[in-house]
Amino acid sequence: MIAQAILQLRTYSGAKSNESGEPAIVISNITKRFGTITAVDGLNLEIGWGEIFGLLGPNGAGKTTTINILSTLLAPDEGHALVGGHDVVKEPKEIWEIIGLCPQLPAFYPFLTGRENIELFGQLHSMPKQLLKERTDLLLKKIGMEEDANRHAGQYSGGMVRRVSTLMALIHDPKVALLDEPTVAMDPVSRRAVWEFIRELRSQDKSVILTTHYMEEAAELCDRVGIIDQGKLIDLGSPKELVEKYGVADLEEVFVQRTGRNLREAV
Amino acid sequence: MKLQRVIVMTKKDLKRLVREPASLFMLLLFPVVLTGAFALAFGGIGTSGQQNFSIGVVNLETTSAYPEWATRFIDNLTHTEGITVIDYSDNATGQADLLQGNLDAFIVIPVGFGNSCQSYWLAPFNGSTWTNTTIGLYVDSGSLIAASVIPPLVRQVVLTTIFGTEALTLDIPVQVGSPALVLASTLSQWDYMAPGIFAFASMWIIMVVAQSLSVDRNGGLLKRMATTPLSSSEYIISQVASNMVVAILQVFLVFGTSYLLGYRPASDSAGIAFAIPIVVLFSLDSVGFGLITATLSKSPDVATGISFIFIMPQMFLGTFIPLSGVSQAAAAFVPSSYVTNALTTLLLRGAPVTTLSLWIDLLVVAVVGVVLVLVGIVLFGKLGRK
Repeated sequence: MIAQAILQLRTYSGAKSNESGEPAIVISNITKRFGTITAVDGLNLEIGWGEIFGLLGPNGAGKTTTINILSTLLAPDEGHALVGGHDVVKEPKEIWEIIGLCPQLPAFYPFLTGRENIELFGQLHSMPKQLLKERTDLLLKKIGMEEDANRHAGQYSGGMVRRVSTLMALIHDPKVALLDEPTVAMDPVSRRAVWEFIRELRSQDKSVILTTHYMEEAAELCDRVGIIDQGKLIDLGSPKELVEKYGVADLEEVFVQRTGRNLREAV
Repeated sequence: MKLQRVIVMTKKDLKRLVREPASLFMLLLFPVVLTGAFALAFGGIGTSGQQNFSIGVVNLETTSAYPEWATRFIDNLTHTEGITVIDYSDNATGQADLLQGNLDAFIVIPVGFGNSCQSYWLAPFNGSTWTNTTIGLYVDSGSLIAASVIPPLVRQVVLTTIFGTEALTLDIPVQVGSPALVLASTLSQWDYMAPGIFAFASMWIIMVVAQSLSVDRNGGLLKRMATTPLSSSEYIISQVASNMVVAILQVFLVFGTSYLLGYRPASDSAGIAFAIPIVVLFSLDSVGFGLITATLSKSPDVATGISFIFIMPQMFLGTFIPLSGVSQAAAAFVPSSYVTNALTTLLLRGAPVTTLSLWIDLLVVAVVGVVLVLVGIVLFGKLGRK
């Protein structure tokens, strides 16, 4: 109980506020159930501007459900969440303007080229034509896709599709990026390119939530990570803090120790 | 609603049409192939063009005292327009050819034919002295036209043989007036079917809309777009717009194909111009059915199956298949029947665009289309993105 209370207090620390004093994302006691399964169970979090936050957890822990709630795709059964100061249930239109979602399933149109897929999402956000072209060129170059940009996306490898999918989420320069396992199936070079790209978002004072199964990715990129299991936040802190706290070699060992312990308890 | 987003999504859908072979075939090539196949298959049926009949003849009158009568009969038959005479040396061969479809009819000139003709001229007014014979006439029962046309033709030839051509111009007190110049009907079966085919070609939009929406939903694209400023109504309106463009293309392709294959509508340019909006409005109905199908379907494969629930009744009750009784009453509930009715009135009957029934048909198609799209939007908004 005491540990839970301490954890709850800590969820509200470390988040960087903007000029109006509001954090980028506020999650207050969110619960989401699917039938008898509780996917997210009383989750509390604050994520600041200019922060890359890693959401870690085993499969089915509730990471994607949390992302879906923040992106307005799902309504919470209990609690509330604010993104950029807007309520996810009451003000979805305002939220659509400021978020960029890179879903776990890299949804794209295979009959469009990579460039056309990216530009389509920029156009849906009403970006001016010239700006859209310049930004598309810039992002494609940064992510190493200039040469393949005019091929149909249906011909892309898994890693190329992921890179395009990431740019589709970020083309309109969103204030809040929700990246659900963006580097799955990428080769190391592509992954590094995406990491560099995500770091740039932090330097632009954007807020990024990143879910990943790659612990080295979380350690490399994230300012803070939250480990969730069975819908509950079971640990929170910077990768360094967590490694020191548990006296282990790296974040992966923290993850195994925390989620493994819970599994043992369940048994 | 922002027009720019609608245009962007419409362009995207049109790119799908051009770049995805399945969509391209179903929406543009299939209607052309269908039209071409039906026009070629049914274009010649029912026309009043010159029909030629092959008639086999076996002359058994070889040993008669008056063989010239049989020869004259064959000559007259040979000179009859539209008949090609083929001589046979025996009955069996001719009958076999008739059975195999090589002949339209087979005539057996019996022994005694010359005696019979001669007996008439010896006592034209004393029938009790005539020697009666019967010409054997066998007609292909598989040809309705041959069965109805050949017997009177042969009778005519028999009369000409006995009486000569003068018999047909005898001066008698009763005259038949000179026929008024009536333009004989040149309509083929295809002319009756074409309006229904035009409607039939357009209804495949149902399947393509249902499939493409199901693919988008299963691939996570609808969810992804639901996190952008694109609204449901903008998404649906773009679907409607792109499919209306497709419908216009279909009209031109189907009509163009028909025209190239000899189809000539009875309508003027105003009537043809009127046909375009009614087919385009029908695409609205199809988009609505497609939206409903997509909502009910869990996968593109299921969408294909369910789309036939909307396609088949419209095909059987509202296109090129003749209706009567119950089916005609049921057709009142099928949007495609109003399209076919209007196109038939315009293109077959040649009615002017001011005809009231045309506007009623147009109104029904438009109202049904708007209602279906609205129902589709509501259902799709509730279930389509889940």
